Amino acid sequence: MMKRWQAVKRLFPFVGLVLLLSACGREDLSALRPQGPVAQGQFDLMKLSIAIMIVVLLIVFGIAGYVWMRFRRRPGQTDIPEQVEGNFKLEVIWTVIPLILVIILGVATVQKVFAHGENYWNDKNAVKVKVTSHQFWWEFNYPDYGVTTAQDLIIPTGKKIAFQLKTADVLHSFWVPSLAGKTDTNPEGAINNAWFTADKEGVYLGKCAELCGQSHGLMEFKVKAVSQESFDSWVKAMKEPVALPEDQATAEVFKNQCLTCHAIGSEGGPSAPNLTGIGGRESVASILINGQDGTAKENLKTWLEDPQAVKPGNTMPNPKEDLKLTDEQIDAIADYLANSKLKTD
Amino acid sequence: MDWLTTVDHKKIGILYLIAGALFFGIGGIEALLIRWQLIKPMNDFVSAQTFNELITMHGTTMIFLGVMPLIFALMNAVVPLQIGARDVAFPFLNSLGFWTFLFGGVLLNISWVMGGAPDAGWTAYTPLSSKLYSDTHGVDFYTVGLQIAGLGTLIGGINFLATIITMRAPGMSFMRMPMFTWTAFITSAIILFAFPAITVGLVLLSFDRILDANFFDVSEGGNPVLWQHIFWIFGHPEVYILILPAFGIISEVIPTFARKRLFGYSSMVFATILIAFLGFMVWAHHMFTTGMGPVANALFSISTMLIAVPTGIKIFNWLFTLWGGQIRFTAANLYASGFIPTFVMGGVTGVMLASAPADYQFHDTYFVVAHFHYVIVGGLVLGLFSGLHYWWPKMFGRVLDEKLGKIGFWFFIIGFHLTFFVQHFLGLMGMQRRIFTYLRGQGFDTLNLVSTIGALLMGVGVLVFLFNVIVTTRKPAGAPNDPWEDGRTLEWSIPSPPPEYNFKQIPLVRGLDAYWKEKMAGHTEMTPAEPVGSIHMPSASILPFVMSAGIFVAGLGFMYHQYVVLVLGLVITFACMAIRSLYDDHGWHIDPEETTEKGVKE
Ligand code: HEM
Ligand SMILES: [Cu+2]
Repeated sequence: MMKRWQAVKRLFPFVGLVLLLSACGREDLSALRPQGPVAQGQFDLMKLSIAIMIVVLLIVFGIAGYVWMRFRRRPGQTDIPEQVEGNFKLEVIWTVIPLILVIILGVATVQKVFAHGENYWNDKNAVKVKVTSHQFWWEFNYPDYGVTTAQDLIIPTGKKIAFQLKTADVLHSFWVPSLAGKTDTNPEGAINNAWFTADKEGVYLGKCAELCGQSHGLMEFKVKAVSQESFDSWVKAMKEPVALPEDQATAEVFKNQCLTCHAIGSEGGPSAPNLTGIGGRESVASILINGQDGTAKENLKTWLEDPQAVKPGNTMPNPKEDLKLTDEQIDAIADYLANSKLKTD
Repeated sequence: MDWLTTVDHKKIGILYLIAGALFFGIGGIEALLIRWQLIKPMNDFVSAQTFNELITMHGTTMIFLGVMPLIFALMNAVVPLQIGARDVAFPFLNSLGFWTFLFGGVLLNISWVMGGAPDAGWTAYTPLSSKLYSDTHGVDFYTVGLQIAGLGTLIGGINFLATIITMRAPGMSFMRMPMFTWTAFITSAIILFAFPAITVGLVLLSFDRILDANFFDVSEGGNPVLWQHIFWIFGHPEVYILILPAFGIISEVIPTFARKRLFGYSSMVFATILIAFLGFMVWAHHMFTTGMGPVANALFSISTMLIAVPTGIKIFNWLFTLWGGQIRFTAANLYASGFIPTFVMGGVTGVMLASAPADYQFHDTYFVVAHFHYVIVGGLVLGLFSGLHYWWPKMFGRVLDEKLGKIGFWFFIIGFHLTFFVQHFLGLMGMQRRIFTYLRGQGFDTLNLVSTIGALLMGVGVLVFLFNVIVTTRKPAGAPNDPWEDGRTLEWSIPSPPPEYNFKQIPLVRGLDAYWKEKMAGHTEMTPAEPVGSIHMPSASILPFVMSAGIFVAGLGFMYHQYVVLVLGLVITFACMAIRSLYDDHGWHIDPEETTEKGVKE
């Protein structure tokens, strides 16, 4: 009985550790709180390796603590300690044991490498998304649906999402910690594949994880996992025509100054984030978070008044200085965009 | 003037120490500025651009200009003494190596005042580091400055290889060499094989930037991932260039202060060589997320994990050196003792990172920042402090103040763990590295605050060390030959600081831990291997300094497309080379009568 208690007691640190780890960070952001099979597999590996490593640490700390206390030089001690050359048996032991630990971790690792490295691009059941990274925004294209969006990646829950990733400029890295680890986005010619699945509905935070210039730290995106029905209706809504501003003058300005780069509905260009339904998105510029009501317009104005102040180094021209928009025009466009929401049922 | 022309390895060691300390200080200030920016969310203490320059320069400075010269400082100060040599194999080259290193470092750092420091990270990944996306001269300073500094390192490495192979005292077989010399030897060998890779990489990158070549430009058929391979084929061995000397230092300090010979000497040597070898096999573990495919990822995962085995051997050998010893906790030994658990913590996170699928989560986050600081600071820097306290009396004839040494240690190590331990969690919780700020409410705030406080404490620790140096320097010199009383290797058999010629007579080595062996046999000195005679010394020379200055000028000219300046600089350098080659200089001799007094104490 006593013996067993001892053994159980030894498990405490691990139990504590697992509890501690799984309480760490936000559910929609932390790699320690996985919300899908890929992140879960990665978390399992982490737990395995941490457990092995803790054992190693305990042994080393234990021996070190013991020798430091036990073998201090006492005052007046003048004898010479025995000059031990080594000990073949001991040395073999501490070669073999780490080797065994490494093999355990190695086997688990190799299994996951191949499981996670699977390519589902040609899987008929998977939802395909082409991700293109830009300084400092994300473009998501759904080739099967003919839909392109930016910053908010909408996915159905429970489905495999298969990605093809590339960059339009410098290297970036596509990372949604609570759904899967990161994958670099390389230039054309070295396109990467990845996949993940979100088990539950919710909004997960994604980040760019490769230094890509000034606003690297602000290059976020959201993954919005919704039910299959909502996803379908979102796709449908994205393809509905979008009306330009009613006020003719504003529509003119918007068309000439904004749609040269941005697209909205079927109009405009692809070199800047697609604005279709932006009034209903999670954020403006991925970091100005839209609240329930009204803040979208405020955020749009903040952005339009000085994009550099929000995301230093981004490539959008300054609406006031470069595009010569007046405050009224900015306000009108912000108002129009804030009300541009998708009509989903 | 004396210092500009010296070819004495001990003085060059001191020059390296001063230069290294200077750059370490600059890198440290940059680190504190980085940490200050991150003390709270959405801080605007520095701009995003400045922040990227700070991290780039901090990383580059620390690795290439901070700790490398400190390693060379100790190698210069100690290796010739440990092998019973009067100097290094090529004293002139030694001086040249130092000056090219220093001029390269200065070139890199004047970027701060010449229109923008490099800003693409110390890894300078293309295309971010290309002209198109980094259009100041910053990255040019990086490529040209590192090229020049790297030249110095390569020269130094070759010199130490030659020295250790050819200049060992009679009786000092390879398997009787002190561990620090062994690690200096292996480190030099790694330098010899790794530095050419970065040399080539930097040439390609500077051609892309300055001469509009397109090695890394996809639109012209280049390949940016190629840069990553070249960089890491150098970069990973570089990590072992840094850590092996620390292993060597620890292997000297622990036996001395445990009064026991190193446990498992031959397995230590074997482990060192194995680590060096594996170090070249694992570079792609920095690139798991690049998309190399599962087969490559699996192979690089496994080979990386294997490094844990020889490293583990070392750790246990140290612990069993202590076992049954009589441990004295001097400042030097405190640092060595702090090294063991700290380094092991860095080692185990390394094994965690080696697991490729899990690395998909760790990579480029604060978990990695924590890991490599545990290894570099918790391993190498603690090792360097240990070595500095240990060999300071040998270098300067004065023992550093023990009390201040211990105070500094406690500030440093507590600060260190506060700074970096919490960063593991930041990384796992989703904080990427190299971000100039973070949004509120992500759960990062408290841990970042803690981390910054820790960094400040570390700074205090370093200041205490500096204060200690100043206090000690103002005291009269007078350290005995063997101030720790339990010195085991040859450097402790001669005066502190050693005379210009090191050994009046080259000693005869009769076993491992040569000096300890003589002491145990009841002798107080080494048995000489040669009669007293006149000693041949190399002449001092200003040429290395001028030559390096020439390269510096040429480098600036190249960067700014001023080809007249470029040619002028090269002319200076080649003229020096010609002078060196055409005029024979046979050096000079110290006569036996002079050796009893002169140079022993200043
Ligand atoms: C005073 C102690 C130090 C502190 C507080 C410190 C702090 C930091 C911080 C906050 C970063 C930036 C992390 C990021 O966002 O990427 C960093 C990066 C780095 N540090 Fe340190 N550091 C210290 C000492 C050192 C030393 C001694 C070395 C090497 C010998 C070193 C090597 C590096 C490297 C290579 C990087 C990566 C730079 C890059 O991302 O380009 N650090 N350090
Ligand atoms: Cu980025």
